[in-house]
Amino acid sequence: MGGRGGGCLNEFMNNPLKIAVASGKGGTGKTTIAVSLALTAAAAGRTVQYLDCDVEEPNGHIFFKPQIHSRFPAMVALPEVIKAQCNGCGDCADICAYNAIAVVRGQVLIFPELCRGCGACSLLCPKDAIVEISRPVGNVEIGVGAGVAFVRGVLSIGQIMTPAVIAAVKGAGGDQEITLLDCPPGTSCAVIEAVRDADAVLLVTEPTPFGLHDLTLAVEMTRALKKPFCVVLNRFDLGDDKTVAYCREENIPIILSIPDDRRIAEAYARGEALTEVLPSYAPVFTDAWERLLAWCERQIPRKKVPVPLDQGKAATS
Amino acid sequence: MKIAVTATGKESASTMDARFGRTRWFMITDPEGGEWEAHANEQNMNAAQGAGIQAAQRLVNLGVEAVITGHVGPKAFRILKAAGIGIFLCEAGTVEEALHLFKQGRLARADQADVEGHWA
Repeated sequence: MGGRGGGCLNEFMNNPLKIAVASGKGGTGKTTIAVSLALTAAAAGRTVQYLDCDVEEPNGHIFFKPQIHSRFPAMVALPEVIKAQCNGCGDCADICAYNAIAVVRGQVLIFPELCRGCGACSLLCPKDAIVEISRPVGNVEIGVGAGVAFVRGVLSIGQIMTPAVIAAVKGAGGDQEITLLDCPPGTSCAVIEAVRDADAVLLVTEPTPFGLHDLTLAVEMTRALKKPFCVVLNRFDLGDDKTVAYCREENIPIILSIPDDRRIAEAYARGEALTEVLPSYAPVFTDAWERLLAWCERQIPRKKVPVPLDQGKAATS
Repeated sequence: MKIAVTATGKESASTMDARFGRTRWFMITDPEGGEWEAHANEQNMNAAQGAGIQAAQRLVNLGVEAVITGHVGPKAFRILKAAGIGIFLCEAGTVEEALHLFKQGRLARADQADVEGHWA
């Protein structure tokens, strides 16, 4: 594969790179960064896919304006009891970690809204009296927009099985050289599902007390998952210098800093990609992309092998 | 007969706990006279979800036939009803006072959940 950039690039043909864009705090600019990096990588000649894993409120489509060519439901298995086989022993209720089953007078009561579809009840039923019936909890859409392969998940209203929809989004991804996963905010199960098989994580933050607080939570999560990570500092000229000081103390590289520029917010509000409508930012992202690739090359010398943070410096947890 | 009262402490003089699933204690006795047994509900109190379901299952397993509490939600109600456990709502007071009102027939028997579930 041709294209610009350093020597590590050819490696992606056989060794695709998955980068999760996450944050502790919401509204720090995950989508802005993920979309801009996807477009930048595509402009640099890479094959790129953007996976919108923020399935509770996906908005990446606003920027890519993709042509959706296929849709399918994201399913979760729900237990159902074959009454003729059930002896009312109650093992299913005992094993259910989500308190979704009760057994009363030999009758199994299932509370579907609490079930996470783990399958333990069905697996452990001594009478094989529980079967799993799939039910839809959301939808996955696949398309192409702005030269980038696009997948997004949409959790159905009233459903809580966010991780299942995220898993379906990831499963629908292709084998592009570069994958950008636009994650939900926070550090919950949904974020972990989105991040868990990424090669590296970008944590987007802003230098405010809230931003820093939630960054430290996201850092703890990412370290627990043993992922290499670096920080994008959005609106870096706001707030205070505590976030920069924190990153320095913790040896966390800041790969990109973006100023508080009203035009960026305006472009976002209009659904326009930053690098397209504000060309002065295109080289900022091109530089950041190349720095990111070089950093990934150092952090992930052999893909799929988790490596310690920042070239062997011990992570202080 | 066994009756359970949701309680904030493990004494019959303790104040009732208005919550069912996340009550601190279940105080259990025979209303015809007998000792009180205290059952801690700590595990359900801290459950992420399904506290009412687990608490109701526990009362079923303990062989309780009636429960006096402040409020009960739809999922716990479904289990208690299936088990034939009577639900009696009591506003406040101590465990002992609640039992006294029950014995005088002054507590209303709930025929449906009186509060919303906390999930979905």
